[in-house]
Amino acid sequence: MTELSKLTIAGARDAMRKGETSSAEITADCLSAIAGADALGAFVHHTPDIAKDQAAAADVRIKAGDAPDMCGIPLGIKDLFCTKGVPSQAASRILEGFKPEYESTITSKLFGSGAVMLGKLNMDEFAMGSSNETSVYGNAVNPWKRAGDDAPLTPGGSSGGSASAVAADLCLAATGTDTGGSIRQPAAFVGITGLKPTYGRVSRWGIVAFASSLDQAGPMTKDVRDAAIMLGAMSGHDPLDSTSADLAVPDFEAALTGDIRGKTIGIPKEYRMDGMPAEIEKLWEDGTTMLKDAGANIAEITLPHTKYALPAYYVIAPAEASSNLARYDGVRFGHRAKLAAGDGITEMYEKTRAEGFGPEVQRRVMVGTYVLSAGFYDAYYNRARRVRALIKQDFDKVFADGVDAILTPATPSAAFGLGEMTNANPIQMYLNDVFTVTVNLAGLPGIAVPIGQDAQGLPLGLQLIGRPWEEGDLLNVAYSLEQSAGFVAKPTKWW
Amino acid sequence: MSIDIETARRVAKLARIKVEDDALPALASEFSAILGFIEQLNEVDVEGVEPMTSVTPQRLMRRADVVTDGNQQEAVLKNAPDSREGFFAVPKVVE
Repeated sequence: MTELSKLTIAGARDAMRKGETSSAEITADCLSAIAGADALGAFVHHTPDIAKDQAAAADVRIKAGDAPDMCGIPLGIKDLFCTKGVPSQAASRILEGFKPEYESTITSKLFGSGAVMLGKLNMDEFAMGSSNETSVYGNAVNPWKRAGDDAPLTPGGSSGGSASAVAADLCLAATGTDTGGSIRQPAAFVGITGLKPTYGRVSRWGIVAFASSLDQAGPMTKDVRDAAIMLGAMSGHDPLDSTSADLAVPDFEAALTGDIRGKTIGIPKEYRMDGMPAEIEKLWEDGTTMLKDAGANIAEITLPHTKYALPAYYVIAPAEASSNLARYDGVRFGHRAKLAAGDGITEMYEKTRAEGFGPEVQRRVMVGTYVLSAGFYDAYYNRARRVRALIKQDFDKVFADGVDAILTPATPSAAFGLGEMTNANPIQMYLNDVFTVTVNLAGLPGIAVPIGQDAQGLPLGLQLIGRPWEEGDLLNVAYSLEQSAGFVAKPTKWW
Repeated sequence: MSIDIETARRVAKLARIKVEDDALPALASEFSAILGFIEQLNEVDVEGVEPMTSVTPQRLMRRADVVTDGNQQEAVLKNAPDSREGFFAVPKVVE
């Protein structure tokens, strides 16, 4: 029986408070679902003993009354989060054997509120990828398959394990991180909800850094209400992250009235890309109609620098990555290469990093090194940062004109097959983030919501982009869209 | 912009990643493809635009300049591939 693992956070919370079930029971159900799901490659480190202890403690708190919303909720944690005493290796060989001596702020907030950790989830190495195919653990696999086709599909990336685990009901929800779309694209590929908060809403402390000015963690959940609940538990000022905002955390769940009458929804014309599949275009039109029927005003808007977001991102993100990943040198933690007689410290660095980093990570570190190197810093890095300022100004103008939220496709296609992009050049894989990356560059909140299915039965999602710090409003628009779309399809179990 | 093999070799060296000679041509061509994609940024008029440092117009928080942490030598060294007598150990640096 794996029914309890299918619960939402809200459903489990309410049932546990009424005494209808317990965290111990839900956790046991999730653990057995995980044990039978090796074929999905979602969980890469299992922590059943921690889970059982945390569940028992949560049940005591729930019985005592006044337990927080997340108390007793079993979660999967992306491998990018440092969890004390538990392997945390960012799906990289270079962090093999690394067991942090500390706990990330977000996981310590979640566990402090009584949430339960089932284990660590697969991802692209250092969160660099859009298909979960760069992981040292091997691929995570999408629980969905095309109708009448047995080919395994990608769950997207980089939070591919999180997406797969939530969609397959191995856990109630999962943490993800999003630097260019790594929460929203996988959420769309597996038919779940994924939220990237405003930059600074959640602490980055204890999360392995990729591109610090873009990275933000967020919830990956079965519905919008759960995203609101979990975001509340993850948010808040943290003195250990100097970019964490010192702002009060509103009750996001209370914002979910479903009433969006009079709200203005922007439809950016630049997101209508050449060669966009007809199914995506139709999905976008359907979503627009749903919001209009719910009483929102629809406005065509322009975000003129959209086209330059991906190239700017592929300067800024590798530049920051090359700096952040300089710490992996074989000295303080993780892997160190075996050295030959006479090898000095430079050989140690070079061999360790060649063995420890996979090809995509090496490529990005070197591109970052190049764009930051003497003579190219102005031409590439500073120019990209100027373009980034213009991209943010595009959004500032639209919001100043009264737009409350922006509706766009979440991805340019449904989930593609694992291995299908192997021979493509890196740029083609990067195009997966075309609709999501602007949001990271501008520091805005964005959410992917499942809306429908393509002709082959695969889930498709739309993205809503909100004003900075107004996740409550954004979640409410997403909630309305979710109610109208009524997406309830689930993958057929094959694993 | 096309990246030649010598530039690829230099970048790998700067990044402290060992790349074998026979892998350099493929690497150079990947760099060229990525940089070609990035070249689009030259179409944008950025005259008078300040490079963005932070998306939120906030001053970074400052804290009191006092010791807040310490005495954690064992925890700090716990994950080291090689440590001796309370220090990180590395190959000989100075002859």
